[in-house]
Amino acid sequence: MRIWSTIGLLAAGTFVLKAAGPVLLGGRRLPPLLDRLVAILPASLLAALVLVQTVGSDRRVVLDARLAGLAVAALCLWRRQGFLVVVVAAMAATAAARALS
Amino acid sequence: MIAVERDIARKAIALAVAVGAYGVSFGVLCGQGGLSVLQAAGFSAVVFAGSSQLAAVGVLAAGGSVASAVLSGLLLNLRTLGFGLAVSPVLGGSLPSRLLASQLMIDESAGLALAEEDPDRSRQAYWAGGVAVFVLWNVATLLGVTLAGAVGDHLETIGLDAAFPAAFLALLAPRLSEASGRIAALLGALIAVSLIPFVRPGIPVVAAAAGAVTVLVAERLRRP
Repeated sequence: MRIWSTIGLLAAGTFVLKAAGPVLLGGRRLPPLLDRLVAILPASLLAALVLVQTVGSDRRVVLDARLAGLAVAALCLWRRQGFLVVVVAAMAATAAARALS
Repeated sequence: MIAVERDIARKAIALAVAVGAYGVSFGVLCGQGGLSVLQAAGFSAVVFAGSSQLAAVGVLAAGGSVASAVLSGLLLNLRTLGFGLAVSPVLGGSLPSRLLASQLMIDESAGLALAEEDPDRSRQAYWAGGVAVFVLWNVATLLGVTLAGAVGDHLETIGLDAAFPAAFLALLAPRLSEASGRIAALLGALIAVSLIPFVRPGIPVVAAAAGAVTVLVAERLRRP
């Protein structure tokens, strides 16, 4: 039920954001302050998601094999690898770190 | 139907294939997060916003509430409002056609449309990109969630829990080329990590928005 509620609410909210321009507002622009916020916001949220998913475990901060995966992902991105390579390499590094520890 | 010029179609398909790789990852992560095949497919068909879907599933999988999953997804997708405004002059048409075009409003379709100067080519690029990505994104999601089902209980053994942070890092990387992006990312990360012990999962991610607001305020103060 949690999952279907999330899908329903997120779909409705996302559609409002998607349709506001084409259906309601025509060719107007966002006010400069909001435009700037919209440009910066993803960096903060994505960085938070990276960290929470790497060291978060319910309400605890846990340092484990996921860190090895993140390090390898960063290396792959620095070497300009594609999305799937980054994800698979991170999984492999985490799996290896777990098998060795 | 709109006739699409060959070079536009080629760009749209190349982009959709790249997005397909991301769609497989999303599907696998849905499987890891305990979503059924139908729920994963529902996300991709109805929400159809890659990073928002990933954020919402990530928050739910970590035990966050529906409210924080929805809010993280929406905050991450606020940027769509910006492209929607930018692209709307080339969409035009009847209300049903504009509503359908809205559902296809994603980074890729808007990006392709904004890269074209001629309004007619811009409209073709929007529809070609939107439709191609929609099809591949949904097929890839199904493939991914089915793959995850086949792996079953061995999710941690094969390191699948590291796939979420790696996927988010890949989305973050292009935003670190500017100083403002790097500072916003650093602040967001610090806020989120320091809140982990004190609040329910999901809330640290929403609270990280304060990092972006701080950067914005600092910019305004420096340039009155």
